[in-house]
Amino acid sequence: MSGKPRFATVWLGGCSGCHMSFLDLDEWVIELAGLVDIVYTPIADIKEFPQNVDIVLVEGAIANEDNLEMIKKVRENSKMLIAFGDCAVTGNVTALRNPLGTATSILKAVYCEMPDIEGKIPNRSRTVPALLETVQPLHVHVKVDQYIHGCPPSAKRIREALEALLNREPTYAASTAKFG
Amino acid sequence: MSREIMIDPVSRIEGHAKITIMIDDANEVIDAQFHVTEFRGFEKFCEGRPFTEMPSLTGRICGICPISHLMASAKAGDALLTVKIPPTAEKLRRMMNLGQILQSHALSFFYLSGPDLLLGWDSDPAKRNVFGLIDANPDLARKGIRVRQFGQEVVEHLGGKRIHPAWAVPGGVRSGLSEESRQELLDWIPETMATLKQSLDLFKAKLDGFEEECEVFGNFPSMFMSLVADDGAWEHYGGSLKFVDFEGKVVSERIDPSRYREYIGEAVEDHSYLKFPYFKPAGYPGGIYRVGPLARLNVCRYITTPAADAEFKEYKQRYGTVNSSFLFHYARLIEMVAATEAVHRLLDDPEITSEHLRANADINQLHGVGVSEAPRGTLFHEYQVDKDGLIQKVNLVIATGQNNLAMNKTVAQIARHFITKPEIPEGVLNRIEAGIRNFDPCLSCSTHAFGSMPLHVQLIGPNGILLSERKRN
Repeated sequence: MSGKPRFATVWLGGCSGCHMSFLDLDEWVIELAGLVDIVYTPIADIKEFPQNVDIVLVEGAIANEDNLEMIKKVRENSKMLIAFGDCAVTGNVTALRNPLGTATSILKAVYCEMPDIEGKIPNRSRTVPALLETVQPLHVHVKVDQYIHGCPPSAKRIREALEALLNREPTYAASTAKFG
Repeated sequence: MSREIMIDPVSRIEGHAKITIMIDDANEVIDAQFHVTEFRGFEKFCEGRPFTEMPSLTGRICGICPISHLMASAKAGDALLTVKIPPTAEKLRRMMNLGQILQSHALSFFYLSGPDLLLGWDSDPAKRNVFGLIDANPDLARKGIRVRQFGQEVVEHLGGKRIHPAWAVPGGVRSGLSEESRQELLDWIPETMATLKQSLDLFKAKLDGFEEECEVFGNFPSMFMSLVADDGAWEHYGGSLKFVDFEGKVVSERIDPSRYREYIGEAVEDHSYLKFPYFKPAGYPGGIYRVGPLARLNVCRYITTPAADAEFKEYKQRYGTVNSSFLFHYARLIEMVAATEAVHRLLDDPEITSEHLRANADINQLHGVGVSEAPRGTLFHEYQVDKDGLIQKVNLVIATGQNNLAMNKTVAQIARHFITKPEIPEGVLNRIEAGIRNFDPCLSCSTHAFGSMPLHVQLIGPNGILLSERKRN
């Protein structure tokens, strides 16, 4: 690692609220951009998750095959993987579909029973990823190094966590720790 | 050789999506499709929950426009209670909705599309983002960040939290505006107006250089739909629905939003989790219509605040009824001025700090529809409840979905225009993605039914063989 930590953010199955809260760092984002190398994020055009990432914030739960493939790659390529927000930490709202039945029965209800004209389940291969039977938080599939909870975590909490990491403190103690 | 290119994922948009481009032997683009790959299932898992939970639960559909869901849901709840909410509650809801329109449009302009517009389609992809913009034009980037911040401050001062506040409720709102907050927000107005004027001047000065973009970035006739006030004024919370055609002629107007199902149908295609709404009387897919800033400015006759109305008049003078989706950016800037001025007007309203904020009632109807103009277009929440207020059935029609047919048409038009040789430069793929960014889609919203959307573009030959693809997550 040459100088600045290589920093990334990823979103999986969620609402992007955690990324929006990240942007609620407002002008501190400018400062952060000076402290780290931002090597991957959905708000930039790098299409492949890179190698040798030092810190990655992962928003969202694992809901489909694309999410699963991505989280494995993220784990493989990253030192510090942080479950970012309640969907990543617990499954939260994204996992509310779990008690409703199988992936197929839910898809059928939404795409075949509700539309006004002939319904069908979107399933073109290599285009729409198949849903996993249940939505799971990150730690079910990969090792998670830290958790930042909240729906979404406030910008204040995100900043505390990042400052602790950048100062190489082993963990952070959020002054505002709570779910929801 | 014929082939298929996939852009995966489409970057600098909210959510997960892919684009497929199909090319024949002569390197002519046959078609292109936009796929939303995310699914979440709100309509199903809301069943059985108390309707009072719906505003804060459905707000979680989207982190960018939680407030739109909060408003539509609270309004559907008002309909179930059959109450007229106190005047101050309506004014405060309007103020929060305006704050959200402002922050969301600022996100689109300064963070997501600004890098294309200001750094160039063909600029270094590693720097073509908000951080590159911070390096290239730190003054404008900082000002843009602060415009978004002001929008979020409006939301936070009212709801106590910037994202997912549980604040609007059936019958009104939970808490009012303090005198201190009113003053703090008023202090932001001059700076915000100055930045917006600077941004509009910058964009207008660049418009002559964007002739090709205006021509091919989703320029085609379609209908447009939005809410509009009874007197034809720009509207984002109340009023009635109106459809106009590509020349601005009325197709249908003064539609009570609760009758939306008579006008809007939904279709499904196998290549996207995002449904395809259409104007029912015209059938599918002929009933293509667009929503959002472009539509609102095509539907309304004027804007009630002076600076925004002056900008609106200049825009109409130059373009008339606008069919180019590239001009969504222009319309968005005008709406940011309208939102800021409208917030200012509300802050000056003597009633705004009143403490009469909520009408209490039991359930008086088992069916209710709520509507709001989200930053991206008209949003509908429809609930059926039992006598105890437990949700029996939910239908949500999301703004972005209503632009689905238009987004598909847009990527195909851009691909046909720019792809003429076997090698496709990165900058061309970026232009195709930018066609999607015009619409500022919100994909976790739009696949509310159960989803999320990454962008992935595929180039497919006429025999169905995948020729090439690009991804982004």
